Amino acid sequence: MNLTIVIGMLELGGIFAILSLGLYISYKILNLPDLTVDGSFTLGCAVSAMFTIHSMPYVGILLSFIIGALAGVMTGLLITKLNIMPLLAGILTMTGLYSINLRIMNDSPNVSLFECDSLFTSLSALEPYDKLIVIYGLVILICLFLYYFLRTQLGLALRACGDNEDMVRASSIDTDKMKILGLALANGFVAMAGAVFAQHQTFSDINNGTGMMVIGLASIIVGLTFIKSDKILFQLIGVVFGAVFYRAILTVALQMGLPTGDLKLLSAVLVVIAIASTSLKSRRKKKC
Amino acid sequence: MLEIKDLTVIFNEGTVNEKVALSHIDFTLEQGDFVTIIGSNGAGKSTLFQAISGAVNVSKGQILLNGDDLTKYPEYQRSRYIGRLFQDPLKGTAPSMTIEENLSLSSQRGKHFSLSLFSHKNKEEFRQALKQLDLGLEDRLDTKVGTLSGGQRQALTLLMATYVTPQLLLLDEHTAALDPKTAQKVLKMTSKIVHNDNITTLMITHNMEDALKYGNKTMIMKDGQIIALIDEQEKKKMSVDDLIHLYSSSTQEYNDRVLLKQ
Repeated sequence: MNLTIVIGMLELGGIFAILSLGLYISYKILNLPDLTVDGSFTLGCAVSAMFTIHSMPYVGILLSFIIGALAGVMTGLLITKLNIMPLLAGILTMTGLYSINLRIMNDSPNVSLFECDSLFTSLSALEPYDKLIVIYGLVILICLFLYYFLRTQLGLALRACGDNEDMVRASSIDTDKMKILGLALANGFVAMAGAVFAQHQTFSDINNGTGMMVIGLASIIVGLTFIKSDKILFQLIGVVFGAVFYRAILTVALQMGLPTGDLKLLSAVLVVIAIASTSLKSRRKKKC
Repeated sequence: MLEIKDLTVIFNEGTVNEKVALSHIDFTLEQGDFVTIIGSNGAGKSTLFQAISGAVNVSKGQILLNGDDLTKYPEYQRSRYIGRLFQDPLKGTAPSMTIEENLSLSSQRGKHFSLSLFSHKNKEEFRQALKQLDLGLEDRLDTKVGTLSGGQRQALTLLMATYVTPQLLLLDEHTAALDPKTAQKVLKMTSKIVHNDNITTLMITHNMEDALKYGNKTMIMKDGQIIALIDEQEKKKMSVDDLIHLYSSSTQEYNDRVLLKQ
């Protein structure tokens, strides 16, 4: 493997780390399987692409976070106010987002950002490390934010909400608001990952989001299998590490001649293996 | 002061499955009253608690706590004034968080949840409070609650429910899942906290002795109605046998526990 491939792998790993950090909030903290992710990732791609075309790459990143958060609020409202099952609510928002994403991209299934200025342009003097610096700078910022936020009183309430809803309500906290807040943050970061992804790949495609939920889950499960800790900081690091590690496996598989189309199957199998390994371990423990 | 006026709860109203769970309940409690509630399964005891705390919708009637009608508030807002304990010791605490984090959440009850960093500034205060429980929890503030025993978790829940003194405390058979020794310990703790803070309390129990031993009033429920409310004077003179006699004659029911006591 040459340096270009390794750097490319680390870059994509970093982008998926942002996605996984978002998913960590909904999947791990709130204990809600949120399928909105596949839609909100593309949403981020689309918003970011349109702003990049109009030479506003930074605005694109920022706005994609806000619009992604709105998608999360939508799913949250479906779950809490209409009592729709979380899985179904996510699928509904994701399905609706498909049309919205098409609209954002002017009814064209893909948008090319070739030759457009992106958020990587200003650091292009540092090539080939320019993208790495930007992406990991963002990852570190998000980790620091989550590390702070999850230890505030509000963050504590959010964590308790995924742990024992009855208890949270008994402490006179509105669990509905907590869920909506959590889903908004989660989808905001997912959309941001999509936004960076579009500018990194210099194109946005309507199908970019397919399978993102699985990629995020794989990263979280793989990461938390390696780094076992209850400390939030270590869990966050674990998630980032998991995303990079997961990307590394895919890169190796591609280098060994796996057709690109088989990647999604490999992703799914990896998640199954990661989950199986933990459940088999606990079964073995029970037998002893 | 708690005033219940004409409280009616009907499940599946207007369908073939209609069930009147509470029918025209009326009673008033003074500040500091500690009422034990007995009645067979399906008598409406738990439904009464759920109606007061907001977990089920009231079909008719009012619930006034210190003059304020609770029926207009959602469940989470009512828990600002109402502390609750359930039979299931796992229900009142968050298992994957530490004792300190759990206490910190309940110590914020009714306050605004801010973005200020979780700090250990209340650690000493929590430690003093845990000491009262006499379970050795004061040295285990950083322990995950999930690793505690049922009795310890229920005691902790009691502490959390009363940490910010509630105006009303609802205890739904909170010792039924514990072993007899722990159950007595938790009951004693309950009684002590209730008296010290002068909290108006309702306690459901199936144990006739406890029903008589604790509290200053006793209520017997059947089929969604209150069929007897024993006041302080009467209760003082009563023996367990008297209560069992009153219970069986008024409800015409001889459940296993009652029979076993005789």
